[in-house]
Amino acid sequence: MTATAPPGPPLWLLAELTYRCPLHCVFCFNPLDFAAHADELSTADWLRVLREGRALGAVQLGLSGGEPLLRDDLETIVAEARRLGFYSNLLTSGVGLTPARARALRAAGLDHVQLSFQDSTREMNDFLSHTKTFDLKSRVARLIKDEGWPMVMNVVLHRLNIDHVDRIIGMAHELGAEYLELANTQYYSWAHLNRAHLLPTHEQLRRAEECAERWRERVGDRMRILFVAPDYHEGTAKRCVNGWGSTLLNVAPDGVALPCHTARMLPGAAFPNVRDASLRDIWFESEGFQRYRGTGWMKEPCASCEHKERDLGGCRCQAWLLAHDARAADPVCRLSPHHALVTAAVARAGTDAAVEHPLVFRDASNSNRLSRSAAPG
Amino acid sequence: MTAAPDTVARIGSGFRLQWEPAQSCFVLLYPEGMVRLNQSAGEILRRCDGQRDAAAIVADLEAAFSTSGLEGDVLAFLDMAHRQRWLDWARTP
Repeated sequence: MTATAPPGPPLWLLAELTYRCPLHCVFCFNPLDFAAHADELSTADWLRVLREGRALGAVQLGLSGGEPLLRDDLETIVAEARRLGFYSNLLTSGVGLTPARARALRAAGLDHVQLSFQDSTREMNDFLSHTKTFDLKSRVARLIKDEGWPMVMNVVLHRLNIDHVDRIIGMAHELGAEYLELANTQYYSWAHLNRAHLLPTHEQLRRAEECAERWRERVGDRMRILFVAPDYHEGTAKRCVNGWGSTLLNVAPDGVALPCHTARMLPGAAFPNVRDASLRDIWFESEGFQRYRGTGWMKEPCASCEHKERDLGGCRCQAWLLAHDARAADPVCRLSPHHALVTAAVARAGTDAAVEHPLVFRDASNSNRLSRSAAPG
Repeated sequence: MTAAPDTVARIGSGFRLQWEPAQSCFVLLYPEGMVRLNQSAGEILRRCDGQRDAAAIVADLEAAFSTSGLEGDVLAFLDMAHRQRWLDWARTP
Protein backbone atom coordinates (compact mmCIF):
# COMPACT_ATOMS: atom_id res chain seq x y z
CA MET A 1 0.00 0.00 0.00
CA THR A 2 1.34 3.42 -0.86
CA ALA A 3 1.34 6.06 1.80
CA THR A 4 -1.57 8.46 1.74
CA ALA A 5 -2.23 11.68 3.59
CA PRO A 6 -3.61 11.09 7.09
CA PRO A 7 -7.41 11.11 7.03
CA GLY A 8 -9.48 13.93 8.45
CA PRO A 9 -11.92 13.32 11.29
CA PRO A 10 -14.77 10.80 10.96
CA LEU A 11 -17.35 13.58 10.59
CA TRP A 12 -20.26 11.16 10.46
CA LEU A 13 -20.66 8.60 13.23
CA LEU A 14 -23.34 6.03 12.47
CA ALA A 15 -24.51 4.12 15.54
CA GLU A 16 -26.48 1.04 14.57
CA LEU A 17 -28.01 0.52 17.97
CA THR A 18 -29.71 -2.80 17.30
CA TYR A 19 -30.43 -5.30 14.55
CA ARG A 20 -33.83 -5.96 16.11
CA CYS A 21 -36.65 -4.64 13.96
CA PRO A 22 -40.42 -5.05 13.79
CA LEU A 23 -40.26 -4.87 9.97
CA HIS A 24 -39.05 -7.41 7.44
CA CYS A 25 -37.93 -5.28 4.52
CA VAL A 26 -36.73 -7.27 1.53
CA PHE A 27 -34.17 -4.54 0.65
CA CYS A 28 -32.63 -4.25 4.14
CA PHE A 29 -28.90 -3.43 4.18
CA ASN A 30 -28.27 -5.20 7.49
CA PRO A 31 -26.09 -8.28 7.05
CA LEU A 32 -27.79 -11.52 6.05
CA ASP A 33 -26.42 -13.14 9.21
CA PHE A 34 -27.56 -10.30 11.51
CA ALA A 35 -29.18 -12.83 13.87
CA ALA A 36 -25.70 -14.18 14.66
CA HIS A 37 -24.62 -10.76 16.00
CA ALA A 38 -27.25 -10.23 18.68
CA ASP A 39 -24.83 -9.37 21.51
CA GLU A 40 -25.60 -5.64 21.74
CA LEU A 41 -23.36 -2.99 23.26
CA SER A 42 -24.42 -1.72 26.67
CA THR A 43 -25.53 1.83 27.35
CA ALA A 44 -22.15 2.59 28.94
CA ASP A 45 -20.36 1.31 25.82
CA TRP A 46 -22.42 3.56 23.57
CA LEU A 47 -21.82 6.61 25.74
CA ARG A 48 -18.08 5.94 25.56
CA VAL A 49 -18.29 5.53 21.76
CA LEU A 50 -20.02 8.93 21.54
CA ARG A 51 -17.40 10.63 23.71
CA GLU A 52 -14.51 9.10 21.75
CA GLY A 53 -16.15 9.94 18.43
CA ARG A 54 -16.78 13.54 19.40
CA ALA A 55 -13.19 13.89 20.62
CA LEU A 56 -12.06 12.74 17.15
CA GLY A 57 -14.15 15.50 15.57
CA ALA A 58 -17.33 13.60 14.66
CA VAL A 59 -20.22 16.03 14.41
CA GLN A 60 -23.14 14.21 12.79
CA LEU A 61 -24.57 11.26 14.67
CA GLY A 62 -26.91 8.77 12.97
CA LEU A 63 -28.98 6.58 15.27
CA SER A 64 -30.02 3.67 13.17
CA GLY A 65 -30.59 -0.06 13.22
CA GLY A 66 -32.72 -2.25 12.84
CA GLU A 67 -35.24 -0.07 14.60
CA PRO A 68 -33.43 2.19 17.09
CA LEU A 69 -36.65 2.88 19.02
CA LEU A 70 -36.39 -0.69 20.32
CA ARG A 71 -33.47 0.42 22.53
CA ASP A 72 -35.05 1.70 25.73
CA ASP A 73 -31.88 3.69 26.51
CA LEU A 74 -32.30 5.78 23.33
CA GLU A 75 -33.17 8.90 25.35
CA THR A 76 -30.00 8.49 27.46
CA ILE A 77 -27.88 8.13 24.33
CA VAL A 78 -29.51 11.18 22.70
CA ALA A 79 -28.99 13.29 25.83
CA GLU A 80 -25.29 12.48 25.90
CA ALA A 81 -25.02 13.22 22.18
CA ARG A 82 -26.60 16.64 22.73
CA ARG A 83 -24.35 17.40 25.66
CA LEU A 84 -21.30 16.56 23.55
CA GLY A 85 -22.41 18.78 20.64
CA PHE A 86 -23.49 16.17 18.10
CA TYR A 87 -26.25 16.91 15.63
CA SER A 88 -28.37 13.80 16.18
CA ASN A 89 -30.44 12.11 13.49
CA LEU A 90 -32.88 9.32 14.32
CA LEU A 91 -33.47 7.04 11.33
CA THR A 92 -36.72 5.23 12.04
CA SER A 93 -39.80 3.61 10.57
CA GLY A 94 -41.79 5.43 13.24
CA VAL A 95 -43.08 2.13 14.63
CA GLY A 96 -42.98 2.63 18.39
CA LEU A 97 -42.81 6.43 18.38
CA THR A 98 -45.52 7.38 20.88
CA PRO A 99 -46.27 10.99 21.90
CA ALA A 100 -44.55 10.40 25.25
CA ARG A 101 -41.45 8.98 23.56
CA ALA A 102 -41.33 11.85 21.07
CA ARG A 103 -41.54 14.40 23.91
CA ALA A 104 -38.80 12.62 25.84
CA LEU A 105 -36.52 12.49 22.80
CA ARG A 106 -37.13 16.17 22.09
CA ALA A 107 -36.36 17.03 25.70
CA ALA A 108 -33.17 14.97 25.47
CA GLY A 109 -32.13 17.15 22.51
CA LEU A 110 -32.79 15.02 19.42
CA ASP A 111 -32.29 17.27 16.38
CA HIS A 112 -33.94 15.37 13.56
CA VAL A 113 -36.14 12.41 12.76
CA GLN A 114 -35.95 10.81 9.35
CA LEU A 115 -39.14 8.86 8.81
CA SER A 116 -38.98 6.00 6.35
CA PHE A 117 -41.92 4.39 4.68
CA GLN A 118 -41.81 0.77 5.71
CA ASP A 119 -41.46 -1.86 3.10
CA SER A 120 -44.61 -2.20 1.10
CA THR A 121 -43.99 -5.49 -0.64
CA ARG A 122 -45.90 -7.60 1.87
CA GLU A 123 -48.96 -5.41 2.01
CA MET A 124 -48.89 -3.56 -1.27
CA ASN A 125 -52.64 -3.07 -1.40
CA ASP A 126 -52.75 -1.61 2.06
CA PHE A 127 -49.84 0.63 1.23
CA LEU A 128 -51.38 1.86 -2.00
CA SER A 129 -54.84 2.31 -0.59
CA HIS A 130 -53.50 4.71 2.08
CA THR A 131 -55.03 2.78 4.94
CA LYS A 132 -52.80 1.39 7.69
CA THR A 133 -49.53 2.76 6.39
CA PHE A 134 -50.94 6.20 5.87
CA ASP A 135 -52.55 6.24 9.30
CA LEU A 136 -49.29 5.29 11.02
CA LYS A 137 -47.24 7.75 9.00
CA SER A 138 -49.64 10.62 9.46
CA ARG A 139 -49.75 9.99 13.21
CA VAL A 140 -45.93 10.00 13.38
CA ALA A 141 -45.65 12.94 10.98
CA ARG A 142 -47.91 14.95 13.30
CA LEU A 143 -45.71 14.05 16.28
CA ILE A 144 -42.64 15.19 14.36
CA LYS A 145 -44.27 18.52 13.50
CA ASP A 146 -45.57 18.99 17.05
CA GLU A 147 -42.05 18.60 18.41
CA GLY A 148 -40.70 21.14 15.92
CA TRP A 149 -38.41 18.72 14.10
CA PRO A 150 -37.76 19.17 10.40
CA MET A 151 -39.92 16.71 8.49
CA VAL A 152 -37.72 14.46 6.37
CA MET A 153 -39.12 11.36 4.69
CA ASN A 154 -37.28 8.56 2.99
CA VAL A 155 -38.70 5.99 0.59
CA VAL A 156 -36.69 3.14 -0.86
CA LEU A 157 -37.71 2.56 -4.47
CA HIS A 158 -37.65 -0.75 -6.29
CA ARG A 159 -39.48 -2.46 -9.11
CA LEU A 160 -42.50 -3.34 -6.97
CA ASN A 161 -43.26 0.23 -5.90
CA ILE A 162 -41.54 2.53 -8.39
CA ASP A 163 -44.57 2.72 -10.69
CA HIS A 164 -46.50 4.22 -7.78
CA VAL A 165 -44.04 7.02 -7.17
CA ASP A 166 -46.66 9.66 -8.01
CA ARG A 167 -48.87 8.41 -5.19
CA ILE A 168 -45.87 8.06 -2.86
CA ILE A 169 -44.83 11.67 -3.45
CA GLY A 170 -48.45 12.73 -3.02
CA MET A 171 -48.56 11.00 0.38
CA ALA A 172 -45.35 12.70 1.49
CA HIS A 173 -46.74 16.07 0.40
CA GLU A 174 -50.01 15.45 2.23
CA LEU A 175 -48.05 14.52 5.36
CA GLY A 176 -46.23 17.85 5.21
CA ALA A 177 -42.73 16.57 4.40
CA GLU A 178 -40.19 19.34 3.86
CA TYR A 179 -37.62 16.96 2.37
CA LEU A 180 -38.36 13.75 0.52
CA GLU A 181 -35.59 11.36 -0.35
CA LEU A 182 -36.50 8.89 -3.07
CA ALA A 183 -33.65 6.43 -2.73
CA ASN A 184 -33.32 3.69 -5.29
CA THR A 185 -32.40 0.39 -3.69
CA GLN A 186 -28.70 -0.34 -3.39
CA TYR A 187 -28.09 -4.00 -4.07
CA TYR A 188 -26.26 -5.37 -1.05
CA SER A 189 -27.33 -7.85 1.63
CA TRP A 190 -31.07 -8.60 1.52
CA ALA A 191 -31.59 -6.41 -1.54
CA HIS A 192 -28.90 -8.35 -3.39
CA LEU A 193 -30.55 -11.62 -2.40
CA ASN A 194 -33.85 -10.30 -3.76
CA ARG A 195 -32.37 -8.39 -6.69
CA ALA A 196 -34.27 -10.30 -9.37
CA HIS A 197 -37.52 -9.03 -7.84
CA LEU A 198 -36.39 -5.52 -7.04
CA LEU A 199 -34.28 -4.20 -9.90
CA PRO A 200 -36.36 -1.78 -11.98
CA THR A 201 -36.18 -1.41 -15.74
CA HIS A 202 -34.67 1.63 -17.46
CA GLU A 203 -38.16 2.63 -18.57
CA GLN A 204 -39.56 2.50 -15.03
CA LEU A 205 -36.71 4.65 -13.79
CA ARG A 206 -37.17 7.21 -16.54
CA ARG A 207 -40.88 7.54 -15.78
CA ALA A 208 -40.21 7.84 -12.04
CA GLU A 209 -37.65 10.59 -12.56
CA GLU A 210 -40.02 12.50 -14.82
CA CYS A 211 -42.72 12.18 -12.21
CA ALA A 212 -40.40 13.51 -9.49
CA GLU A 213 -39.52 16.43 -11.78
CA ARG A 214 -43.22 17.28 -12.32
CA TRP A 215 -43.73 17.35 -8.55
CA ARG A 216 -40.67 19.58 -8.13
CA GLU A 217 -42.18 22.09 -10.52
CA ARG A 218 -45.51 21.91 -8.73
CA VAL A 219 -44.42 22.21 -5.10
CA GLY A 220 -41.17 24.16 -5.51
CA ASP A 221 -39.34 24.82 -2.26
CA ARG A 222 -42.20 23.66 -0.04
CA MET A 223 -40.97 20.08 -0.41
CA ARG A 224 -37.47 19.41 -1.67
CA ILE A 225 -37.32 16.12 -3.55
CA LEU A 226 -34.05 14.27 -3.82
CA PHE A 227 -33.98 11.42 -6.34
CA VAL A 228 -31.05 9.09 -5.72
CA ALA A 229 -30.38 7.32 -9.01
CA PRO A 230 -29.35 3.66 -8.93
CA ASP A 231 -25.77 3.03 -9.98
CA TYR A 232 -26.68 -0.19 -11.83
CA HIS A 233 -28.38 1.87 -14.52
CA GLU A 234 -25.87 4.68 -14.84
CA GLY A 235 -22.64 2.97 -15.86
CA THR A 236 -20.57 5.06 -13.46
CA ALA A 237 -19.34 4.13 -10.01
CA LYS A 238 -20.04 6.28 -6.96
CA ARG A 239 -17.71 6.82 -4.06
CA CYS A 240 -18.36 4.40 -1.26
CA VAL A 241 -19.53 6.52 1.70
CA ASN A 242 -17.51 9.47 0.36
CA GLY A 243 -14.35 7.36 0.41
CA TRP A 244 -13.38 4.38 2.55
CA GLY A 245 -12.30 5.53 5.99
CA SER A 246 -12.61 9.19 4.99
CA THR A 247 -15.85 10.44 6.56
CA LEU A 248 -18.01 7.66 8.00
CA LEU A 249 -17.39 5.52 11.04
CA ASN A 250 -20.11 2.93 11.51
CA VAL A 251 -20.49 1.02 14.75
CA ALA A 252 -22.64 -2.11 14.47
CA PRO A 253 -24.90 -3.29 17.30
CA ASP A 254 -22.29 -5.74 18.60
CA GLY A 255 -19.52 -3.11 18.60
CA VAL A 256 -17.82 -3.98 15.32
CA ALA A 257 -16.51 -0.78 13.73
CA LEU A 258 -16.95 -0.59 9.97
CA PRO A 259 -15.96 1.90 7.24
CA CYS A 260 -19.43 1.40 5.73
CA HIS A 261 -22.55 -0.31 6.98
CA THR A 262 -22.19 -3.33 4.68
CA ALA A 263 -18.40 -3.80 4.88
CA ARG A 264 -18.77 -6.68 7.31
CA MET A 265 -19.44 -9.02 4.35
CA LEU A 266 -15.97 -8.44 2.89
CA PRO A 267 -13.24 -11.08 3.04
CA GLY A 268 -10.07 -10.55 5.04
CA ALA A 269 -9.31 -9.99 8.70
CA ALA A 270 -12.21 -9.17 11.01
CA PHE A 271 -12.91 -5.49 11.58
CA PRO A 272 -12.01 -4.09 15.01
CA ASN A 273 -14.50 -3.94 17.87
CA VAL A 274 -15.06 -0.89 20.08
CA ARG A 275 -15.01 -3.24 23.07
CA ASP A 276 -11.30 -3.89 22.43
CA ALA A 277 -9.95 -0.67 20.91
CA SER A 278 -10.47 3.08 21.10
CA LEU A 279 -12.15 4.84 18.21
CA ARG A 280 -8.93 6.77 17.67
CA ASP A 281 -6.92 3.58 17.18
CA ILE A 282 -9.65 2.12 15.00
CA TRP A 283 -9.85 5.20 12.77
CA PHE A 284 -6.13 5.92 12.37
CA GLU A 285 -4.36 2.63 13.00
CA SER A 286 -6.55 -0.39 12.23
CA GLU A 287 -5.85 -2.44 9.13
CA GLY A 288 -9.58 -2.59 8.37
CA PHE A 289 -9.98 1.19 8.04
CA GLN A 290 -6.79 1.54 6.00
CA ARG A 291 -7.49 -1.38 3.68
CA TYR A 292 -9.14 0.58 0.84
CA ARG A 293 -8.39 4.12 1.95
CA GLY A 294 -7.18 6.41 -0.83
CA THR A 295 -6.06 4.89 -4.15
CA GLY A 296 -2.91 2.87 -3.33
CA TRP A 297 -4.79 -0.45 -3.04
CA MET A 298 -6.21 -0.27 -6.56
CA LYS A 299 -5.57 -2.61 -9.43
CA GLU A 300 -6.29 -2.06 -13.11
CA PRO A 301 -8.36 -0.61 -14.67
CA CYS A 302 -8.74 1.72 -11.65
CA ALA A 303 -5.04 2.25 -10.89
CA SER A 304 -4.40 4.17 -14.12
CA CYS A 305 -7.91 5.58 -14.57
CA GLU A 306 -8.43 9.32 -14.94
CA HIS A 307 -11.56 9.09 -12.73
CA LYS A 308 -9.93 7.28 -9.82
CA GLU A 309 -9.86 10.32 -7.51
CA ARG A 310 -13.50 11.08 -8.28
CA ASP A 311 -15.04 7.68 -7.58
CA LEU A 312 -12.19 6.04 -5.59
CA GLY A 313 -12.95 2.78 -7.37
CA GLY A 314 -16.59 2.71 -6.26
CA CYS A 315 -18.10 0.26 -3.85
CA ARG A 316 -15.94 -2.54 -2.40
CA CYS A 317 -18.96 -4.61 -1.40
CA GLN A 318 -20.36 -4.48 -4.92
CA ALA A 319 -16.96 -5.58 -6.29
CA TRP A 320 -16.96 -8.49 -3.87
CA LEU A 321 -20.58 -9.49 -4.51
CA LEU A 322 -20.39 -9.33 -8.31
CA ALA A 323 -16.73 -9.84 -9.26
CA HIS A 324 -15.79 -11.92 -6.17
CA ASP A 325 -12.76 -9.68 -5.77
CA ALA A 326 -12.94 -6.86 -3.22
CA ARG A 327 -10.10 -4.97 -4.97
CA ALA A 328 -11.71 -5.07 -8.40
CA ALA A 329 -13.26 -2.02 -10.06
CA ASP A 330 -16.89 -1.61 -9.03
CA PRO A 331 -18.71 -3.62 -11.73
CA VAL A 332 -21.33 -0.89 -12.18
CA CYS A 333 -18.59 1.11 -13.93
CA ARG A 334 -18.65 0.61 -17.69
CA LEU A 335 -14.85 0.35 -17.62
CA SER A 336 -14.98 -2.68 -15.33
CA PRO A 337 -14.20 -6.04 -17.01
CA HIS A 338 -17.21 -7.38 -15.07
CA HIS A 339 -19.65 -4.71 -16.24
CA ALA A 340 -21.54 -7.20 -18.43
CA LEU A 341 -22.88 -8.81 -15.21
CA VAL A 342 -24.61 -5.54 -14.38
CA THR A 343 -26.00 -4.80 -17.83
CA ALA A 344 -27.30 -8.38 -18.03
CA ALA A 345 -29.08 -8.01 -14.68
CA VAL A 346 -30.69 -4.75 -15.80
CA ALA A 347 -31.69 -6.30 -19.14
CA ARG A 348 -33.35 -9.21 -17.29
CA ALA A 349 -35.27 -6.87 -14.97
CA GLY A 350 -38.99 -7.21 -15.41
CA THR A 351 -38.82 -10.37 -17.49
CA ASP A 352 -40.23 -13.70 -16.30
CA ALA A 353 -36.73 -15.12 -16.32
CA ALA A 354 -35.77 -12.66 -13.63
CA VAL A 355 -37.36 -14.37 -10.66
CA GLU A 356 -35.33 -17.32 -9.43
CA HIS A 357 -36.90 -17.73 -5.99
CA PRO A 358 -39.66 -16.08 -3.96
CA LEU A 359 -38.92 -12.85 -2.08
CA VAL A 360 -36.89 -13.53 1.05
CA PHE A 361 -38.04 -11.37 3.96
CA ARG A 362 -35.52 -10.05 6.44
CA ASP A 363 -36.25 -11.89 9.65
CA ALA A 364 -34.35 -13.93 12.21
CA SER A 365 -35.32 -17.36 10.87
CA ASN A 366 -34.21 -16.52 7.33
CA SER A 367 -31.05 -14.95 8.75
CA ASN A 368 -30.23 -18.11 10.71
CA ARG A 369 -30.88 -20.27 7.67
CA LEU A 370 -28.65 -18.09 5.50
CA SER A 371 -25.85 -18.03 8.07
CA ARG A 372 -25.83 -21.84 8.09
CA SER A 373 -25.77 -22.26 4.34
CA ALA A 374 -23.07 -20.65 2.25
CA ALA A 375 -25.22 -17.64 1.62
CA PRO A 376 -25.28 -15.81 -1.68
CA GLY A 377 -23.83 -12.40 -0.97
CA MET B 1 -38.43 39.30 0.95
CA THR B 2 -34.95 40.77 0.73
CA ALA B 3 -32.94 41.78 3.76
CA ALA B 4 -32.96 45.44 4.88
CA PRO B 5 -31.13 47.24 7.72
CA ASP B 6 -34.02 46.61 10.11
CA THR B 7 -34.42 42.91 9.28
CA VAL B 8 -33.99 40.64 12.29
CA ALA B 9 -32.72 37.17 11.47
CA ARG B 10 -32.24 33.98 13.45
CA ILE B 11 -30.76 30.58 12.60
CA GLY B 12 -33.28 28.60 10.56
CA SER B 13 -35.39 25.88 12.10
CA GLY B 14 -33.60 22.53 11.94
CA PHE B 15 -30.18 24.20 11.63
CA ARG B 16 -27.58 24.58 14.34
CA LEU B 17 -24.53 26.82 14.31
CA GLN B 18 -21.53 25.80 16.34
CA TRP B 19 -17.78 26.21 16.59
CA GLU B 20 -15.85 23.04 15.75
CA PRO B 21 -12.38 22.93 17.31
CA ALA B 22 -11.42 19.90 15.19
CA GLN B 23 -12.06 21.93 12.02
CA SER B 24 -11.15 25.38 13.40
CA CYS B 25 -14.28 26.95 11.96
CA PHE B 26 -17.97 27.55 12.51
CA VAL B 27 -20.20 24.95 10.94
CA LEU B 28 -23.90 24.94 10.23
CA LEU B 29 -25.46 21.57 10.93
CA TYR B 30 -28.71 20.30 9.45
CA PRO B 31 -30.29 16.88 8.92
CA GLU B 32 -27.45 14.57 7.89
CA GLY B 33 -25.37 17.45 6.58
CA MET B 34 -22.93 20.21 7.42
CA VAL B 35 -21.83 23.49 5.87
CA ARG B 36 -18.29 24.57 6.74
CA LEU B 37 -18.31 28.34 7.06
CA ASN B 38 -15.53 30.73 6.20
CA GLN B 39 -14.64 33.34 8.77
CA SER B 40 -16.90 36.13 7.56
CA ALA B 41 -19.92 33.84 7.17
CA GLY B 42 -19.34 32.50 10.67
CA GLU B 43 -18.97 35.98 12.14
CA ILE B 44 -22.24 37.14 10.55
CA LEU B 45 -24.26 34.04 11.42
CA ARG B 46 -23.15 33.95 15.06
CA ARG B 47 -24.66 37.41 15.44
CA CYS B 48 -28.04 36.38 13.97
CA ASP B 49 -29.67 35.87 17.37
CA GLY B 50 -33.24 36.86 16.58
CA GLN B 51 -32.76 40.08 18.60
CA ARG B 52 -30.38 42.39 16.78
CA ASP B 53 -31.32 43.82 13.40
CA ALA B 54 -29.00 43.83 10.40
CA ALA B 55 -27.89 47.41 11.04
CA ALA B 56 -26.76 46.50 14.57
CA ILE B 57 -24.90 43.47 13.24
CA VAL B 58 -23.13 45.62 10.63
CA ALA B 59 -22.11 48.14 13.29
CA ASP B 60 -20.85 45.37 15.57
CA LEU B 61 -18.80 43.76 12.78
CA GLU B 62 -17.34 47.09 11.68
CA ALA B 63 -16.29 47.79 15.26
CA ALA B 64 -14.91 44.27 15.85
CA PHE B 65 -12.83 44.30 12.67
CA SER B 66 -12.01 48.04 12.61
CA THR B 67 -13.50 48.56 9.19
CA SER B 68 -16.46 50.23 7.50
CA GLY B 69 -18.77 49.90 4.53
CA LEU B 70 -19.85 46.30 5.27
CA GLU B 71 -23.60 46.85 4.92
CA GLY B 72 -23.90 45.78 1.28
CA ASP B 73 -21.96 42.56 1.79
CA VAL B 74 -23.81 41.68 4.98
CA LEU B 75 -27.26 42.23 3.46
CA ALA B 76 -26.31 40.20 0.38
CA PHE B 77 -25.09 37.38 2.62
CA LEU B 78 -28.30 37.47 4.69
CA ASP B 79 -30.33 37.15 1.49
CA MET B 80 -28.29 34.20 0.31
CA ALA B 81 -28.48 32.52 3.73
CA HIS B 82 -32.25 33.04 3.81
CA ARG B 83 -32.64 31.43 0.39
CA GLN B 84 -30.64 28.44 1.69
CA ARG B 85 -32.93 28.31 4.78
CA TRP B 86 -29.90 28.89 7.01
CA LEU B 87 -31.77 31.91 8.36
CA ASP B 88 -35.38 32.69 9.17
CA TRP B 89 -36.62 36.24 9.38
CA ALA B 90 -37.68 36.85 12.97
CA ARG B 91 -38.97 40.31 12.07
CA THR B 92 -39.08 42.07 8.76
CA PRO B 93 -39.74 45.74 8.03
